[in-house]
Amino acid sequence: MKKNIKFYSGAELVAKAAIDAGCRFFGGYPITPSSEIAEHMAKELPKVGGTFIQMEDEIAAMGSVIGASLAGKKSLTATSGPGFSLKQENLGYAYMAEVPVVICNVMRGGPSTGLPTALAQADIMQAKWGTHGDHPVIALTPAYLEEVYELTIKAFNYSEIYRIPVILLLDELIAHLSTAIELPDKDLLVIKDRRKPTVTPDKYFPYDTAYGDVPPMANFFEGYRYHVTGLSHNKTGFPTTDPDLVQADQERHLRKVNANKGKIIDFESYKMKDADIVVFAYGSTSRAARVAIDNARKLDIKVGMVRLRVIWPLPEAEILKLCSKVKAIIVPEMNMGQLSNVIEKYAADRTKIVRINHVGGVPIHPSNILDVIKEVR
Amino acid sequence: MAFDYEKYLRMDKIPHLWCPGCGIGVVLKAMLRAMENVNWERNDTAFVSGIGCTSRAPGYIDCNTLHTTHGRGLTFATGIKMAQPDKNLVIFSGDGDATAIGGNHFIHACRRNIDMTLIVVNNNIYGMTGGQHSPTTPIGFKASTTIYGNVDPSFDICLLARAAGATYVARSTVNKGRTLEQYIQRGFENKGFSVIEAVSNCHTQFGRKNNMSDPISSRKWIEDREIPLAKARDMKAEDLKNMVITGEFITEKSDLERWENYNRAEKEYTEAYSDIIKKVKKK
Ligand SMILES: Cc1ncc(C[n+]2csc(CCOP(=O)(O)OP(=O)(O)O)c2C)c(N)n1
Ligand code: SF4
Repeated sequence: MKKNIKFYSGAELVAKAAIDAGCRFFGGYPITPSSEIAEHMAKELPKVGGTFIQMEDEIAAMGSVIGASLAGKKSLTATSGPGFSLKQENLGYAYMAEVPVVICNVMRGGPSTGLPTALAQADIMQAKWGTHGDHPVIALTPAYLEEVYELTIKAFNYSEIYRIPVILLLDELIAHLSTAIELPDKDLLVIKDRRKPTVTPDKYFPYDTAYGDVPPMANFFEGYRYHVTGLSHNKTGFPTTDPDLVQADQERHLRKVNANKGKIIDFESYKMKDADIVVFAYGSTSRAARVAIDNARKLDIKVGMVRLRVIWPLPEAEILKLCSKVKAIIVPEMNMGQLSNVIEKYAADRTKIVRINHVGGVPIHPSNILDVIKEVR
Repeated sequence: MAFDYEKYLRMDKIPHLWCPGCGIGVVLKAMLRAMENVNWERNDTAFVSGIGCTSRAPGYIDCNTLHTTHGRGLTFATGIKMAQPDKNLVIFSGDGDATAIGGNHFIHACRRNIDMTLIVVNNNIYGMTGGQHSPTTPIGFKASTTIYGNVDPSFDICLLARAAGATYVARSTVNKGRTLEQYIQRGFENKGFSVIEAVSNCHTQFGRKNNMSDPISSRKWIEDREIPLAKARDMKAEDLKNMVITGEFITEKSDLERWENYNRAEKEYTEAYSDIIKKVKKK
């Protein structure tokens, strides 16, 4: 059989995977280092009958994808740091109104305009807490181009399954990297679509929990004629201030992800069997860590890696297990410690957390990580 | 025969939250009659809004309705229309929603000229949040944030829409429900972006602070300032100060259009995009 091997960039793969996942609308606003995703979507979407629009800013782009999704099209927007900040209010709307969309944030150095063209992992916490209020979060952090394709499809699937916006966090390096990869057979892809109502319009409620924590979703113009608001609402979609209903609804929103953590959490364990030192990494820094670990093993240092493919929700149980098992957890990040701050709380003095924080825009070199491994051995 | 509003309303949501005598209801009724005039199916029509008293209107209409974030209704509507170009899109917005926080979306929606209709209820104030001044509060008037008299100049919503490229622009007032109905209908019929400004009363928040705290005196204030466009053309600028110029500012047949829209696209946006799809779509 002919293998499906071709040269792709990370940005191109986000676009390709999105379209293969069924995405038929893109609304965006150009920003380095994410613009290539918009460019690919502008080229490819009309070929499959989809539509692309460049909006006047990221606020508008975020609004447009929510609108298009409600109108029945899976939708993608892509941006970077400053644009991700602008999207936050409408991102919260998508959580509240339970509209599936995918937001790809190609991270760059911040705050503010920061380092537009340089590598960073600066938005780990913005992905979790960027919009106001409590809300469930799924954020994915691919480290390899094959994974960009695979996890973009997963992002769409999760958004459809749980009726939430899903965040794809790409390092600048991953978006711009270009290599030959083999894509999975399209016929074997698992593509999920939002659950549709099975009842007639007179019996339909857009937030009907009789069907579980994720209510079936009718699209606009399908005869269901319902109301959508960002205000706290009851099952009919209309505003309510009933404390019990609001409380129950917020709890349900969080439960959509929390109760399914087992299915969503996704990490790779690398050389962990006998490891007494662990590098806890994600995205491009995990690639440097892998080289460092291989080199450390040659020096008989028992070090392994836990690499997050999904960064939110975190694999809490695994982290707790590690904390009582290893003598040190090394967390290399291209930020000032956004993830290591969290890991430290789990560790609670049971193990040492060692941070490597580079924010200068230059990738963490394997030797930087190896030096730290040697220090803590 | 009396018009059957109930056919289009979610009667279980009535009574509405608006103050008795608020002008928004007049605009809603005019819009429903216009909808009937053009025979739009409820299933094929979506109403979108931002945040504010005006933006609560879609919730009462038995269609596909979307109450979004403050000022952003047009952006959601743009996504819906791009996804489903055959459907009817109407956006409700207050003057603050449309021209302050949503001002950028407003001018770009006009420029893009996507086939949708925006109805701006201009009550010269932020009604919902307690009467702060808006970009259409007249100079010298009081608001809760201009207690010594407003010094912040106003936008003219229709001139703004016209300059930005909307292809149907008209203004009337809540004193003239029939005219509003006619303008809104023409907006619906225009294949492009239409802006209908309905000058309205907010006696509760604007009137109360400016010696016209009941609906009658608030509407009288609007009536006294109304000047039809044809008449305004021959009037001196100083006599038009703080007046409400009403009429159709731009129509398909407008003589202004020839030179004002010199760079206007030949085709409506979603139609032009469909042509691209036809050209490049994989066989
Ligand atoms: C981002 C954001 N900023 C501010 C507000 C508060 N807010 C709600 S409605 C409103 C103004 C409403 O005035 P207008 O748009 O003129 O509509 P009206 O109530 O007069 O119909 C404001 C400032 C908000 N909801 N969201
Ligand atoms: S506050 Fe003003 S705009 Fe709002 S409902 Fe009352 S009268 Fe109408």
